[in-house]
Amino acid sequence: MLSYAVRGLTRRHGVGEHSVLANDRIDLDVRQGEVFGVLGPNGAGKTTLVRQLMGLLRPDAGTITMFGRDVRAEPGLPARLAGYLGQGDLALAELPVGTAVATTARMRGLSRGAARVACDDVLDELGLTAVAARPLSRLSGGQRRLACVATALVGERAVLILDEPTTGLDPVARRAVWSALLRRRDAVGTTVVLITHNVLEAESVLDRVAVLEAGRVIACDTPGQLKASVSGDVRLDLAWRHEPPADDPTVAMLAALATTSGRRWTVRLAPAEARDALGRLTTGAAFAALDDFSLATPSLEDVYLTLGGASRDLERT
Amino acid sequence: MTVVPDARDLAAATMPPVPRTPDSATTTTASPAAPAPASAPGVDAAPKDASPAGTAPPVIPPATSFAAAFGAVFRGQLARSKVGRIPLLFVASFQSIGILVLLRGILDVGDTTAAGQVVAGSTVLVVAFVALNLLAQRFGALRAAGALDYYLTLPVPPAAVVLGTAASYAAFAAPGTLITAVSGSLLYGLSLSGLWLLLPVVVLAGVCLSGLGAAVGLLAPRPELATIAGQLGMSIVLFLGVIPADRLPEVGRIARDALPSTYAVDALAAAFQPHVDWAMVVANLAVCAAVGIAALAVAVMALRRVGTS
Repeated sequence: MLSYAVRGLTRRHGVGEHSVLANDRIDLDVRQGEVFGVLGPNGAGKTTLVRQLMGLLRPDAGTITMFGRDVRAEPGLPARLAGYLGQGDLALAELPVGTAVATTARMRGLSRGAARVACDDVLDELGLTAVAARPLSRLSGGQRRLACVATALVGERAVLILDEPTTGLDPVARRAVWSALLRRRDAVGTTVVLITHNVLEAESVLDRVAVLEAGRVIACDTPGQLKASVSGDVRLDLAWRHEPPADDPTVAMLAALATTSGRRWTVRLAPAEARDALGRLTTGAAFAALDDFSLATPSLEDVYLTLGGASRDLERT
Repeated sequence: MTVVPDARDLAAATMPPVPRTPDSATTTTASPAAPAPASAPGVDAAPKDASPAGTAPPVIPPATSFAAAFGAVFRGQLARSKVGRIPLLFVASFQSIGILVLLRGILDVGDTTAAGQVVAGSTVLVVAFVALNLLAQRFGALRAAGALDYYLTLPVPPAAVVLGTAASYAAFAAPGTLITAVSGSLLYGLSLSGLWLLLPVVVLAGVCLSGLGAAVGLLAPRPELATIAGQLGMSIVLFLGVIPADRLPEVGRIARDALPSTYAVDALAAAFQPHVDWAMVVANLAVCAAVGIAALAVAVMALRRVGTS
């Protein structure tokens, strides 16, 4: 059973010359019980896509069905089936965390008692119990975002649509969110659709990922398949302590191929070439100038760049 | 040859485990990207473990009832206003009491009709300040920030959101109206016996003006315009409500009759008179209720429209 089937989804923002084609004939299937990611740089059309999935925006063209039912014909359906986390939180800003979560649970139809229990559980799960009585506006940015995640999770929905749930979170909180999502997926088959521009998040928690660029889906597969499909190349990262000897033939060869950022070089090479180059560097004269280095298989960022993605604002950590 | 693991994996290694191994396995060998365990050779891999729920579609939860949704919105908004409630309440009542004191020097104490109107006008002004001005600002700001998405993605009737928010604002206007009405009656030597009428007047004026405030906030194309419209509305309620009808020029009287808050003012003003014309009171309150329902319907439609723009 598909949680979502999206066909030919097109949505334009604005009119006339200044209009932007935010979503351009998008086709997607999101299966029940999978963690599905939408990866892409800012302005790729990710939020426009999920707002249409939630019935918050009307598509200009195309269809969205949710468990086989037409979302355009039943605009109230996503609110009943899905929990949503948007980017803004002004509606909740001045509420104490506990009240925000408990009243959201009430609005999802839980009885007073059940809402209290569900609220305590989710606050405990995300490590927010200590700040339950504090208004969101008096929390740090990360805790505030985490409290909003709690409101999306409370009240057990079959689908969760999350717009950048872990942006601004510290690594521990980020892991707590990922665990909470995977726990729901494994225990009750919750479908998760999440927007990210964090490569580590995409590689760590997503079952499948759609890569968006300028309103189009440029790839959609498991992270592993995507990485395997684009290239056999590996990435050699070098950090220099000071300027490397330019007359060294290996350094010269790498310098010609590298993308540089200050004294950090990134070179994409065939595995054997990379290994040889690294061997020569670590045994030759250039070693004295070398501060740090790493050799890694392609990441989803490489996939994105190889597929023609132009923007470089994806996060790696 | 020594190879340092990718920094991302170092970071990952120091974190609590997630019940799934990251796919970003670093390799030092010549093999290309090792396929993740999830992606067995083949095409377009399915999610690796079939969910316990299987492929049966989920049960669609019912929409939340109006009463439960209204209660949740009301309580949430009340918790929210705790922070800024006292200063705002002070401002709202202070303004009205100031007007009462100011006009005390001008008006004849013996003229109970005029005095009743001044006291009633000042009392309704407290409601207008909160319902029209603050509520228009609030909905304007929520709309501008895209924060209405929060409500629109919950299975609640839009009317519960508008009414729940309006009711919480009205609830914190209530003490101010009592303070204003009582101090006004004492100041102008009016009878306090009809003061119970304050309750229906405040409720119906609250519904009427907060419906208008919410509609203005939700329909204004920009939040600044919502704020200006709310403040302008409050100023009109101030001038046309506080100045007794018989002292207004003809055009002022027409404008006064067109203003919904007038009917709340007149109903309350009647309560301060020695002989109450109950038919007029009921008729005035009925106008308030009718305008209130119409304004709330417009606000609900506006909220729906925001949701499917």
